[in-house]
Amino acid sequence: MEGMTLMEINAGDTAWVLASAALVMLMTPGLAFFYGGMVRMKSVLNMMMMSFITIAVVTVMWVLVGYSLTFAGDTGHVIGDFSEVGLKGLMATDSVSGSTPTLAFVAFQLMFAIITPALISGAIADRAKFRGWIAFVVGWTLLVYFPVAHSVWFLQDGNGGWIGDKLKAVDFAGGTAVHLNAGAAALALAIVLGKRVGWKKDPMRPHSLPLVLLGAGLLWFGWFGFNAGSALSAGTTAAVTFVNTQAATATAVIGWLIVERIVHGKATTLGLASGAVAGLVAITPSCGAVSPIGALILGLAAGAICCFAVSLKYKLGFDDSLDVVGVHFVGGLFGSLAIGLLGTAAAPSAVNGLFYGGGFTQLGKQALANLVVGLYSFTVAFILGKVIDKTIGFRVTEDDEVTGVDQVEHAETAYDFLGASGLRGALSARPAPAETENGTTTEPAEKEGVKA
Amino acid sequence: MKLITAVVKPHKLDDVRAALETFGVTGMTVTEASGYGRQKGHTEVYRGAEYEVDLVPKVRLEVVVEDGDSADVVDVIVKAAQTGKIGDGKVWVTPVDTIVRVRTGELDGDAL
Repeated sequence: MEGMTLMEINAGDTAWVLASAALVMLMTPGLAFFYGGMVRMKSVLNMMMMSFITIAVVTVMWVLVGYSLTFAGDTGHVIGDFSEVGLKGLMATDSVSGSTPTLAFVAFQLMFAIITPALISGAIADRAKFRGWIAFVVGWTLLVYFPVAHSVWFLQDGNGGWIGDKLKAVDFAGGTAVHLNAGAAALALAIVLGKRVGWKKDPMRPHSLPLVLLGAGLLWFGWFGFNAGSALSAGTTAAVTFVNTQAATATAVIGWLIVERIVHGKATTLGLASGAVAGLVAITPSCGAVSPIGALILGLAAGAICCFAVSLKYKLGFDDSLDVVGVHFVGGLFGSLAIGLLGTAAAPSAVNGLFYGGGFTQLGKQALANLVVGLYSFTVAFILGKVIDKTIGFRVTEDDEVTGVDQVEHAETAYDFLGASGLRGALSARPAPAETENGTTTEPAEKEGVKA
Repeated sequence: MKLITAVVKPHKLDDVRAALETFGVTGMTVTEASGYGRQKGHTEVYRGAEYEVDLVPKVRLEVVVEDGDSADVVDVIVKAAQTGKIGDGKVWVTPVDTIVRVRTGELDGDAL
């Protein structure tokens, strides 16, 4: 009967979900700062653009077909259908999802669809064509993110997405659907695009660690919306996941810094920022499944493991420039598997892991879900990357890469240091001569800053 | 006239400038520089990737003086810039043919 399964709209829940959507939205600009600070000065704008353009592109996709393909109905337990394209019918006051208006859920889930492809961009710093990136975002979001998110989060009384509803692997806020998924695609793109010119030979130091820390801070803040917002209600589950998120992130910072101090001799700011993100990633799938003490243990291990993992690329020889694999793939996988170890039935997700007498059952389910998603995402990203590279091109020429993608792809430079020393106009930049009809150029009537 | 060029540790610049002022030198040019001599650079670590930073930040200070003052000015700079530790820098002297003060067109000694 109509209305039988519908719940009333709850004002508190709706307020929390909408606020959480805004928090998660802020994570993508945060990611832009986090990544932007880590690249060299000549490519910071391109790096940040890759995150910001994803906000625009995926929003359009989500309104047109994305939401419908992810959360409207079920086709074969892997994808939705076209019944709600253009968000058809969702403005109605009786359109309810859980205890919130459906459009609140639409807005919240949109922000996840944005940040997931944006995460991948860290693997291809300094060398990607902007249009190649946009093509990749469109293709990967459509072919990988929508079906994976449906498989994990579309629940329909045991008959929804195969991972979340049939296999019953736990992925509270996206360790599998977001982080492992993006990490696998990042590995594929790092291989397709190849190493940067001068990799392992030239210094590629982060150009601004304060920007990295700003980004990490914004991510940390926004992540409360990501995890606690995924409760989709303003109650106990949101509170538990909020505390677990903070607890795991704290110990992940400490875990990363301890390993770094022992192995490399110093605790670094980049290590602190990376440890925080590694902890946030690892607690994402598990924040509803562990106790606060479990979260402390999980975070400590995640920080230490990811600190070791970021060195793997040098041994294996792929230029995952900003360690999307080492942090998001490894952190997401570890956090997801940890549910099978540290999960306790007392927590909202209500599963017992190995250490709580649950045996290996949950661990097996977690492993299977991640294996399938990882392989699928890697394969599609690899093929898609190759197709883009062979058609419209994905990597800039060597000359352009050495010059810098900011200049070549965007006709901009991030910082005007000559301007700061009073040399603007003389050495820094002049207005370009205006073109006349016969193709010759004339000098502009006034030089910048000079009154006639 | 002589051009005296000194490459010194950045944190000694104030001491050198003060000492030169006391001696009577009325102007100088200072630029940020980087380089290395016996003092090699340092190692930085970013997510486990170690980088050798070979070039050490220094300041380069230039003063033009009369021939007779040259030895004393070098002495003043060396005394003020010395810490006794490796990396204190270098001072060298080169002959100068002509100097013109841009504002007035005064030449050589008058232009100092």
